[in-house]
Amino acid sequence: MPFIPHTPADVQAMLAAIGAPNLEALFDEIPPVLRIGELPALPEALNEWQVSRLLDTRAAAMPRPLCFLGAGAYEHHIPAAVWEIVGRGEFYSAYTPYQPEASQGTLQVLYEYQSMMAGLTAMDVSNASLYDGASALAEAVLMAVRANRKSKSKRILMPRALHPLYRRTVHAIVHNQGIELVELPYDPVGGHTPVEALATYAGQDFAALAIPQPNFFGTLEDVDALTDWAHRQNLLAIAVVNPTALAVLKPPGEWGGTGADIVCGEGQPLGSPLSSGGPYFGFLCCRQELVRQMPGRLVGRTVDLDGKPGFTLTLQAREQHIRRSKATSNICTNQGLMVTAATLYLALLGPKGLEQVAAACHANTRALVERLTQIPGVSRAFNRPVFHEAVLKLPRPAGEVLDGLLAHGILGGFDLSGDYPELGHALLVCATETRDEADLQRYAEALAEVV
Amino acid sequence: MSSIIPAELRYTESHEWVRANDDGTVTVGITDHAQHLLGDLVFVEIPEVGRTVTAAESCAVVESVKAASDVYSPLDGAIVEVNEALADKPELINEDPYGEGWIFRLKTTAALEGLLDAKAYEAIAIAEDEDDEGSLANPKLAD
Repeated sequence: MPFIPHTPADVQAMLAAIGAPNLEALFDEIPPVLRIGELPALPEALNEWQVSRLLDTRAAAMPRPLCFLGAGAYEHHIPAAVWEIVGRGEFYSAYTPYQPEASQGTLQVLYEYQSMMAGLTAMDVSNASLYDGASALAEAVLMAVRANRKSKSKRILMPRALHPLYRRTVHAIVHNQGIELVELPYDPVGGHTPVEALATYAGQDFAALAIPQPNFFGTLEDVDALTDWAHRQNLLAIAVVNPTALAVLKPPGEWGGTGADIVCGEGQPLGSPLSSGGPYFGFLCCRQELVRQMPGRLVGRTVDLDGKPGFTLTLQAREQHIRRSKATSNICTNQGLMVTAATLYLALLGPKGLEQVAAACHANTRALVERLTQIPGVSRAFNRPVFHEAVLKLPRPAGEVLDGLLAHGILGGFDLSGDYPELGHALLVCATETRDEADLQRYAEALAEVV
Repeated sequence: MSSIIPAELRYTESHEWVRANDDGTVTVGITDHAQHLLGDLVFVEIPEVGRTVTAAESCAVVESVKAASDVYSPLDGAIVEVNEALADKPELINEDPYGEGWIFRLKTTAALEGLLDAKAYEAIAIAEDEDDEGSLANPKLAD
């Protein structure tokens, strides 16, 4: 089946209509150096059964290790109904439809998603999603710089304990716009971002403070004190949160005296499989006053001429098809399919179910840490409370230990030595609700052998 | 479409009107013609008091149900007062563009003579009515 629907005759007719002699002439404004030309590394095409067979063979050869790795993406149980429903033809499109108001069902799903995310974060508004957690934080930073009219600066306070890949992504997206990320140290004993570390910056001009909860070490931050400090200093507070954790932790809308201003994070824990790293989705929520600075699509509920309820894309004057170069973002899409899964996941679990998942993750991680730290030479790196991840100090380099564990069929965690060399032989471990007693025991036995 | 163009005011090609006040300040808003083109306004982003602006610098945004458009300072100066009422009632610009719908007041030493008079602005407005293409309320929709 051809994937390009135009026949040679169609192409000729279109070229004739615009007065271009051939396709070369149509593309001649793209400099030759930027054009790919031949693709010698591309193998010959295979037919459908050959591709199926190749992928089956490769899938069968993949190890299925027992997973204790988190670091930003988490293995959770996804009720079977979620992807059964997402796969229905009516939903199976990753995109916001063109002529969106004709797709009332899709808009309603997005509206339900936004309502649930606003509820979970205790914020006024949620958009219809962004690409992933890291780019959502970049958008939150851009939004804060535009929205904070008390600040003339383009500087953002960014804790070192925030996900290193997020910090790198934000830097890549914002540094050419003159936005500077200023790193805040973490407490070497607690593993959190101490409010005292902010004292150095009091009275200086910053647009916003990013507050991770939990942070990359799994550690819970003193979010109330950090939020209040930001507001006293005329900074906006950007919450970077794990959505599962919000079922048991105080939502960002209630942090400190007046709540966080912008909330973002990675939506993968809500119904998306790990799937080798994606596709996932980012979420972005804010207070009502900031909605005109928000990027992305927003679905609203309204009534039609006959007074019947309906759904519509709203506040589109923020978007690039109207505001052009001054749009709040050039992202005009969302991760519709992942968001549909998240909506179904949240609807099927309900507030109580999500709370049980979060509580089970926390209990399993505590139990895991307790077992592992009984092994000689293994200890906790930080003493503050965690959600569902913790840092362990090992007697040997974490990379070697992880290789040893993998030989036992165990994905043992994330080696922190690359991003945090100051921690020495440090390993980030995670046990979600999908791990049971026997799994924890198996990990403990393997680790005792490997270290 | 005929719009009101008061003879005593000065104008810019980007559809701002300018009124000279007795205290040496000028008041700025958008013209009746501009508000017609934009349609019902739903939001106005007003500048901060104290901000220094140069002529043709974007310093406010008017947003309608179908478009958002920048408002430019007609002259060099400093913003001394803004119309706070627009925060809750952006429709004041539709209802009374030259009165209740003013946007900001500018302290300036620049001469108004460089700006358009009513007759010159009327010519621009009429030309735009005849050729709707590219007018501020008619952005081409694309995705």
